[in-house]
This record gives sequence, C-alpha cells and structure tokens, in this order.
Amino acid sequence: MSLYAQSLTCIRQDRLIFNAVDLSLNPGEILWVKGRNGSGKTSLLRILACLLKPATGIVSWNGTDIEEDPEHYKENLQYVGHQDALKMAMSARENLEFWSDYTENSTVDQALDAFQLQPIADHPTQILSAGQKKRSNLARLIACPAPLWILDEPVSSLDTDYIGLFKDLLEKHVRNGGMALLATHQDLSLSRVRQLDLNQISEVAR
Amino acid sequence: MRSFLALLKRDMLLAYRQGSALTMTLSFFVIAVTLFPLGVGPELNVLARIGPGVLWVGALLACLLTLDRIFQADFEDGTLEQLMLGPLSIEFIVLTKIIAHWVMSVLPLIAITPILAISLNVHADGIWAMIFSLLIGSPVLSLIGAVGAALTVAMRRGGVLLSLLVLPLYIPVLIFGVASVEAAVALMPMAPHLMLLGGLSLGALVVCPFAAAAALRLAVE
Amino acid sequence: MAIDLHKYANPTRFLRIANAIFPWSIVTTVVLLATGLYLGLFVSPADYQQGETVRIMFVHVPAAWMAMSVYSMMAVSSAAGLIWKHPVADLSAKAAAPIGACFTFLALVTGSLWGQPMWGAYWVWDARLTSMLILLFLYLGYMAVWGSFEDQSKAAKAAAILVLIGAINIPIIKFSVDWWNTLHQPASVATMDGPKIHSSILTPLLIMGLGYTSLFVTIFIIRVRTEILGRRLRMLRVNQLQE
Repeated sequence: MSLYAQSLTCIRQDRLIFNAVDLSLNPGEILWVKGRNGSGKTSLLRILACLLKPATGIVSWNGTDIEEDPEHYKENLQYVGHQDALKMAMSARENLEFWSDYTENSTVDQALDAFQLQPIADHPTQILSAGQKKRSNLARLIACPAPLWILDEPVSSLDTDYIGLFKDLLEKHVRNGGMALLATHQDLSLSRVRQLDLNQISEVAR
Repeated sequence: MRSFLALLKRDMLLAYRQGSALTMTLSFFVIAVTLFPLGVGPELNVLARIGPGVLWVGALLACLLTLDRIFQADFEDGTLEQLMLGPLSIEFIVLTKIIAHWVMSVLPLIAITPILAISLNVHADGIWAMIFSLLIGSPVLSLIGAVGAALTVAMRRGGVLLSLLVLPLYIPVLIFGVASVEAAVALMPMAPHLMLLGGLSLGALVVCPFAAAAALRLAVE
Repeated sequence: MAIDLHKYANPTRFLRIANAIFPWSIVTTVVLLATGLYLGLFVSPADYQQGETVRIMFVHVPAAWMAMSVYSMMAVSSAAGLIWKHPVADLSAKAAAPIGACFTFLALVTGSLWGQPMWGAYWVWDARLTSMLILLFLYLGYMAVWGSFEDQSKAAKAAAILVLIGAINIPIIKFSVDWWNTLHQPASVATMDGPKIHSSILTPLLIMGLGYTSLFVTIFIIRVRTEILGRRLRMLRVNQLQE
C-alpha cells in the first residue's frame, strides 16, 4: 500500500494555486501539509481524495492511477473535510450508523467509545457544541475503517484534552500500518511525521 | 444494495423528521388550487372544465417547491462529497435520492388530489384518471427536477433559476397528463395518453440520472 | 511563472479563420438582406387571400428557421466542448445563445403581427408560436446559467448539460404541443402554410434565409472575438495578481 503523487498542478478559476507538487506516503507514515491561507492545502487534499481533478499530474495508489480505478481507491480512503457531514435532525449514533451502513461496515459502538461520545450519542446533533460535532464527525474514521486518512483541519474547535485523544488515535492508526495526510495550522508534535510545505513549493516555482 | 437501502432509509427518515416542509408543500398545493375558483368564479361547469388542468399545474408547481431539497442540504453540510466517496456511483446516489424525493414529497401530493378534484367538481372518472396519470407521469417531475436541482445546487438564489430551467421541460408531461384526464371525462380511451406518459417517465429515467450526476460532479469540484 | 496560462485561451487558429471570413460575411449579409427584402417586399406578388400582409413572412419564417438551427448548433458545439474540452466550443455556444434568442424573439413578434390581420388577435395559441415561445424560455434559461456561475469553466459545463437536455426535449415538446393544439384547435384558426409556395415567393424566402445566416455568422464572430479577448484580459489580471 502506498500513495504517490507526481507534479500536481491546481488551477482554480484561472488562478494557479500550486504547481509541481510531488509527494509519497507509505504505511506507518504521517504527512503534515503546511502552508499559509490560500496556499492550496485544502485543494491538495481534495485532489488526493478524488474530489477535485488536478490540472496536470497524476495520483497513484499501489502503482495504479486513481483515475483508472477510483472505486478501489475510495474503499481505502476516509476523508474528513471542513464541514461536519452530519445531519442535524439525527443523533450522532444515527449519523454514524448511516455511514457505517452505507460503507458496509459495522463498528459504530467502537467509534463512539473511541471519541467518548456515548453519553451524548442519542441527542439530536443540532444541540451539540461545535467540538462535540467535530468529534462525531471524526468518529467516522473508526466507524468506517480505511488505511488512508485524509484530514483537513481535524482538530479545529477541539479543546486540548480531545486534541490529545485524537493524537493518540492517529498515532495508533499509523502504528497499526495505517497512513495519514494532515493539514493543520497547529503543531500536534506528532512522532514519525514528515512535512510538506506548500509555501516553499510556490517559492521555488516562481 | 446495503448502501442503496441505507441511503434510501436515511433520506426518508430525514424527510419524515422535517415534516413541516411536507405540510407546507401540501398547504401550498391546496391554497394554489383554491385560488382558481376565487379567480374564475364558482360556476361548477367552468370548474369541471378547467379542473384537470388546474390540478396538474398546481401539482407541478408544488413539486417545484420541493426540488431544492433533493441535493441542497447534503451539498451544504458536506454530506454529498462523503456520499460520493462511498461505494455507490454518483448516478446511483442521484437515483436513490430521486426515489426518496418522489415517495416523500410527490406521493403525498397525489394522495390529496382526489379531495381537491372533488372540490373542483371533476367527474368521478376524471378523478381516477387524475390519480393514474399523476402516478405514471410524476416521476418525470422528480427526474427532470433533479437535473435542475443539481445544476443550481451551488448557487445562492438558485430557486428562481431552477424554475426557469425546469418548467419548460415539464410541458410535455403537463399536456399528456391533462389530456388523459380529459379523455377519461369524455369517456374516451385514456390508455394511449398513459402510455405516452409512461414513455416520458422511462425516457427521463434513462437520461436524467446521468445529467444530474454530471452536474453534481461540477458542483462538488 | 513556470506555467503558461495562455495556452488555455489562445485559439489562434479560430481567430485567423474568423478574421479572414469577417469582411466577406459583412458584405454578403448586406447584399443578401437587401436583395431578399427588395424581392420580398416589392417584386413578389401579394397573396390573393392575405393581401400585402403576407410579406411579413419574409422576415418571420427565416427567423424561425434560425431560432431552431442556432439551438442545434449550440447543442453540437456544447457536446464537442464536453467531449473534447475544446475551449472555443464552449465559447461559441455561449456567443450564439443571445443571437438565437433574438431570432426567436423576432419570430414571435413578427408572428403575432402577422396573426393580427389573419386571426384578428395578436396572440393565438397556435402550435408553432407556442413552441417558439417555449424555445425562447430554453434560450433564457441557458443564458441565465452562464450568468449564475462565477467560475467560467463550471458555467460552460453546466450550460452544456442544460442545452443537451433541452435538445433531447425539443422534439418531445414540439410533438406534445402540436398534439395539444390539434386537441384544442378552434375552428376559426387558419394555418400559416397558405397555398402551395410559388417560386416568386420561395426565392426571396431562401435569399432571406441565407441573409439571416450570414448575419448570424457576422455577429457570432464579433461575439466570439469579444469573449476570447475578455478571457485573455482575465488571464492577464490573474497573472498580474500572482506576480
């Protein structure tokens, strides 16, 4: 299992966001994507999550271009974006049950335990706080297990205790042979982390 | 199959929990139809004459009000992109959501049509024809509407544009739907009209999920 | 900049051909329209039933032809734009739409002016007029989609999807409207066909048709050139912003 991307270029609304980004990711590794606002962190993550087509360049999973076999790639990937992807009219448990059902998994209770959501799991998501919603969203990572995690600002609106909890889960995932791509402004001081700085890349390109 | 059922179940559950939206659509339908007797006068012959057309137009407009619900909420809270990363193809996601929309938003409209038809003095044969023609023709409303909803999902103020895009495409259904009811009232065979409606439904079933899926890909990018 | 953004919007070949055609298309437009109008308005005989009003036909019928053919052309170039992702294909559909809408509008106005003396009313729900009206709605929807997206490449794709759906639907709409019209046909309405077309009428009609086509080409070239220049200007601005 490995993710590999070569000379990715992203153009949004005729504007060049980034150019010639190369990266690779192997089991047991975390890649921390850094860069200031507008440097294209989210766009890069969305390209790698199959949600955006790059203007040039290829992304390959296990040596196969993901354009050729997107279904297989999507099975191996969990993406957490800015939005919570939660239905306000359903409880956290119902939301997770839906996602695990939809992706044909069944580890909802485990996920609720991992993010300490059991006490609030049956309230409508509407009344939860921003941090509780974020945890409910992150719980999808456990409820629908996949080797590759693509995480866009996963710890925003979490307090320090839960950031620690999330960090432990992330490191455990990687220790067990998973891999993760992470875009965040905060330094999580993770072990075994490599960095990709989009600011530097755009400097070189100029 | 499990994914399909999970999505169908979720969409129906959400529609059920947000029941106020359905109540509003039904009320709109009733009020819109009520306006016609007030506008043209209470003469029963006139009402019986225009009844089928009024009911079809009313159902069509009421359906239009519900279209933005097909994709809008899922698009805004990021659910749509997560669905796309799941095992179902986008075309299938679209189809599932269209089925849920038809069952939860259009079927109730059909269910109250007979009552409204009686209030407009539509002949008893016409009421049956009305139900049949709506059952066979209304999937077109959901299917074509889904294309319009997908095209306008990423827009602010998409609602007005949605009606501009969708209403001209609804015209054939309207014409054949009303014609079948009028045929039934005139004691003529209505099967040809219903078959044409069925043909429209099947044609839309083939084309629309693909068009809507292409439009959704565009919206998510 | 390491990457040349201009290659995304530099349809040199199109511009070269367009510039070569342009002066000729102006000349042919003027000559054809002048000849067609002269033949139609002065030379061709008045209709024995409709009198002089029949001459509206020479403005009306070619406009209706153009309304249909411009939409077909938009459908073809949108399909080309979706399949081969050629930037000029999208632009050409976009540039053609308002011209097609104008022809449709012209056909509607002249149709209703013609209808007044013939039917005694400015608007009769005649099958052809109704279909034209629906076609106008389709044009307006198409133009509204272009106006509603900020990202032009997205607008191009969305508009292309819409125009293709519309193109599939037009025959169905036409069929259903014709059929609706035969169901509800009031006895007094005459058809616009009239008697068999004589060559003294057909010739100016065809010349007018060619004149309209040539007029379309002329305006089309102006519009596409403007679109291309507009896109280049945008590119320059964006590049300036990034440097």
